Amino acid sequence: MILSRRTSLRPAPGSRGTQAFGAPVGIELRGAAACGGTPLFPEIRLSLEPGRWTCLLGPSGSGKTTLLRLLAGLETHVEFDGTVRATDGGATSDRVAYMAQSDLLLPWAKVLSNVVLGARLRGEPPDWERARRLVGKVGLSDHAGKRPNELSGGQRQRVALARTLMEDRPLILLDEPFSSLDAGTRMEMQDLSVGLLSGRTVLQVTHDPAEAARIGQTVYLLKAGSLRNLGAPPGGVPRPVDDPGMLEFQGRLAKSLLDKS
Amino acid sequence: MAARNAAISALLLVAVWQGVVWLSGVPPFILPGPLSVLDELWSSRLLILEHAGVTLAEVLIGMAAGTLLGMCTAVFLALSASARAFIRPLLVFSQAVPVFALAPILTLWLGYGLLSKIAMAVLIIYFPVTSAFFDGLMSTPRGFLDLSATMGGSRSSTLARIRIPSALPSLASGLRLAAVYAPIGAVIGEWVGASRGLGYLMLLANGRAKIDLMFAAMIVLGLLAVTLYLAVDWLGKRINFEQT
Repeated sequence: MILSRRTSLRPAPGSRGTQAFGAPVGIELRGAAACGGTPLFPEIRLSLEPGRWTCLLGPSGSGKTTLLRLLAGLETHVEFDGTVRATDGGATSDRVAYMAQSDLLLPWAKVLSNVVLGARLRGEPPDWERARRLVGKVGLSDHAGKRPNELSGGQRQRVALARTLMEDRPLILLDEPFSSLDAGTRMEMQDLSVGLLSGRTVLQVTHDPAEAARIGQTVYLLKAGSLRNLGAPPGGVPRPVDDPGMLEFQGRLAKSLLDKS
Repeated sequence: MAARNAAISALLLVAVWQGVVWLSGVPPFILPGPLSVLDELWSSRLLILEHAGVTLAEVLIGMAAGTLLGMCTAVFLALSASARAFIRPLLVFSQAVPVFALAPILTLWLGYGLLSKIAMAVLIIYFPVTSAFFDGLMSTPRGFLDLSATMGGSRSSTLARIRIPSALPSLASGLRLAAVYAPIGAVIGEWVGASRGLGYLMLLANGRAKIDLMFAAMIVLGLLAVTLYLAVDWLGKRINFEQT
């Protein structure tokens, strides 16, 4: 049963998500979730600071994807008792862009059509010029007319990133978007995303301590029903891959993941 | 390659057939040899072609109407949970009644012309098409639906832009079945009561002990069904982008 309480997530009248990405907005989730009577996490508070990149780290089954889905206003399999609200008091679900582990490209549509999918779904005329520019920004100008099955895994995620940018929303929710890529491609995608999404409020769910340490400006750990703010390593993101502070922080994250308590 | 293999097995079959006719000495009014059938096929080509045209029309119109009806039903079922609750049992029941048993009733209601045969073809393909397309519509990858929800897609735009296109490969497999079933439906309709069509011609030839004509009509019917299947299969492969 889907019983998640989403009263606070309904878009306010007339606030349909067509507005340009304006001032950064933060988002705060408070509440507890249970799955069929078994608590998934007790009363927690997760706040995403405006314009910053937050990583949510945790083992599989800890509920990190559920948290992200609650923030996105998507269906979950849990009963959620709590609220999700934007720091400016507005609605959240129509100000969110979502990117998942699977690139979710429509296999029958060409790259450019995939990028304008949002407009198509809302019945708006697509802005092809902007779509073409964004495809260029992710380095795929030569591939704009191809179908997804002609692209590599990394290229497909680049298209997904362009589609996310096309939505031009202030809140970006990333659900392990790079976890199926090889290490090199993953770091390239991290650099590209941090560059292109800067200024927006981002929550990235990940199970990779290295990724969290490299690009997180705030890192949360969700484990065994408790959510802890672990801060972040010093320095701007994306941090150099051999930055000592970053490596030390990554070690601490790995330890916390292994820690049995 | 596949075409060459098919040609080889067809030749082999004809050779076995001729061999059986020679060796066993079966009288030609039981089993005519391939050569006499071929001869009959050529000399009666105009007659056979005329009846084949009738059957082809029945099959094509039946396919088109049945597919349209099946697709509409599937979309309706996919959109409405209460429709699913009420209509699905009916649909299954309709499939449980043998279509053969309905043929005389359809002939009684719709007459001896094209209409009763089209109705047979529609009835026989309706369930496979509906069920295949419905399954496709209900198994849209969850991630696509999530994406549409965050993008503010409406029910109808999600259906048109995501659910229907992603269900097309399933529809194609239903249509492959339909391509095989539709000629069966039409021919049964012709057997029950008709004055034209390959099924009628076969019965007529049989009654007059013109077995070579009966075989010739049967071969044309087989070719017609195979061509239809290959055409549908080709179309189905074109819309399946997941592969390659």
